[in-house]
Amino acid sequence: MNSKTQNKIAIGGLYGIAGLVVLILLALLGYILASGVPQLSWHFLTAPGKAFLKGGGVGIQLYNSFYLLILAMLISFPIALGAAIYLYEYAKDNWVTTTIRTAIEILSSLPSVVVGLFGFLFFVVKLHLGFSILSGAFALTFFNLPLLTRSIEDSLRTISDVQREGGLALGLSRWETVTRVILPAAVPSILTGVILSAGRVFGEAAALIYTAGQSAPALDFTDWNPFNISSPLNPMRPAETLAVHIWKINSEGIMPDAKAISSGSSAVLVIAILLFNFAARYLGKRLYKRLTSA
Amino acid sequence: MKEEILTTQDLHLYYGDKEALKGINLNFDEKGITALIGPSGCGKSTYLRTLNRMNDLIPNVTITGTIKFKGDDLYAPSADTVQIRKEIGMVFQQPNPFPFSIYDNVIYGLRIAGEKDKEKLDAVVEKSLRQAAVWDEVKDHLHESALALSGGQQQRVCIARVLAVSPEIILLDEPTSALDPVSSSQIEATLLNLRHDYTIIIVTHNLQQASRIADRTAFFMNGELIEVDQTKNIFMNPANKQTEDYISGRFG
Ligand SMILES: Nc1ncnc2c1ncn2[C@@H]1O[C@H](COP(=O)(O)OP(=O)(O)O)[C@@H](O)[C@H]1O
Ligand SMILES: [Mg+2]
Repeated sequence: MNSKTQNKIAIGGLYGIAGLVVLILLALLGYILASGVPQLSWHFLTAPGKAFLKGGGVGIQLYNSFYLLILAMLISFPIALGAAIYLYEYAKDNWVTTTIRTAIEILSSLPSVVVGLFGFLFFVVKLHLGFSILSGAFALTFFNLPLLTRSIEDSLRTISDVQREGGLALGLSRWETVTRVILPAAVPSILTGVILSAGRVFGEAAALIYTAGQSAPALDFTDWNPFNISSPLNPMRPAETLAVHIWKINSEGIMPDAKAISSGSSAVLVIAILLFNFAARYLGKRLYKRLTSA
Repeated sequence: MKEEILTTQDLHLYYGDKEALKGINLNFDEKGITALIGPSGCGKSTYLRTLNRMNDLIPNVTITGTIKFKGDDLYAPSADTVQIRKEIGMVFQQPNPFPFSIYDNVIYGLRIAGEKDKEKLDAVVEKSLRQAAVWDEVKDHLHESALALSGGQQQRVCIARVLAVSPEIILLDEPTSALDPVSSSQIEATLLNLRHDYTIIIVTHNLQQASRIADRTAFFMNGELIEVDQTKNIFMNPANKQTEDYISGRFG
């Protein structure tokens, strides 16, 4: 067999494998959307759930998912940004840096169930935060931090060193070069990373089951005082998210339309995550264009 | 007699154990252009980068000897690298404008230093771009991205960016080697305009370029300064055999 035929066979094999992956993905997406989208309605998206009767919605779970996402991002983004800047722009190549990097590596490969159980023992039990949005947000921070740090570090790496030299040679300090030259140039790519990680956080269930809890008490959307128990803003209330909801209905749902609600919720989750991904691409590209051309 | 603005005495630089500069003694008068020439790897860039302390950024570099800028030791513990780099600007081989507008590129140094007066900034932008001989080409797109310009225009915007912080010395490391001949000669013309107002030190591997623009030329080889003299003498009547061989193209 000559090398040309070998090459052809290899390429054919690779195409086949890639095609198979795409096919599986499409089948999965198609199934979820086909069985879920017919369940969707304004009522389904906004109404509170019902435990025993049919006709409940996922309004509260959907709201909880976004609220948790925002809180988790508010906590993890500044930390991840600081850590990434330190690691990439300042840290010397010594054993401390290597240790930090290894720790991040290990943290990022930790199964989210383990993060969830740690969150339960530490935030819920030890710190007496109970099953609450806050416990959930901290658990999500642990889950998100290593991935986000690495993604921001990668964004900084894409900015060429000639930019750093340019800044320093102009008499900017190290800090000014980082904050006024490197970060603005890296914004599009950082933004993309943030949105993609938001998608991951949004779909996370295992880290939340024992931290944010599995109940979605009714919310009063006219009460925005965060200290009231039924206020949507109260960070100390338990808050089941959409992903946790899907898990729960499928394991112990007793409402007559459990199957339909689960399908509908899955479709909402998948669509939301797809939207995050498209938004990431679109905004990243737009911003990059804005910064680099007319 | 002219003042010496920058002096180097017995300058050694080591990358780890490797000695890249082996005792350089070289002084620069105020104003005018000095070209640094020599075969690649002989330490021209290394030497240039010691003059505004850009080598500080590289780990494991050891520097001994003395460099004085207007009488002050550049490497004194109290020396302020940020201030030094404002007074001794640098232009690189690869044009490296920031990914912002032309206007923002030019005033970046000043704006970060806290200058807010719009009229003053506008004036500095125009003056610097004129000095860098690129004003006519970019004056109608000041607020478009500098990355949209040609390589030669980008390089002149980078020169304008350095001029805007009013340095006394401008270091250039092969500023035309990434450019086409037309852009190169525009940069040369720009430098010839600037030589009356600034002390310019340029590394070039292009001997014709050195002979066209430099008042003085220094020949480096293997980390040593072999000879420095008026450009005319270096090219017509070099004192050293190695210089003569290099100039006549026998090696390097
Ligand atoms: N960052 C560095 N680390 C180690 N060695 C270096 C570094 N930069 C340059 N060198 C070495 O120092 C010598 C001089 O390099 P350089 O100053 O770049 O030469 P030139 O600019 O004349 O071509 C070369 O042998 C080069 O390999
Ligand atoms: Mg060089």
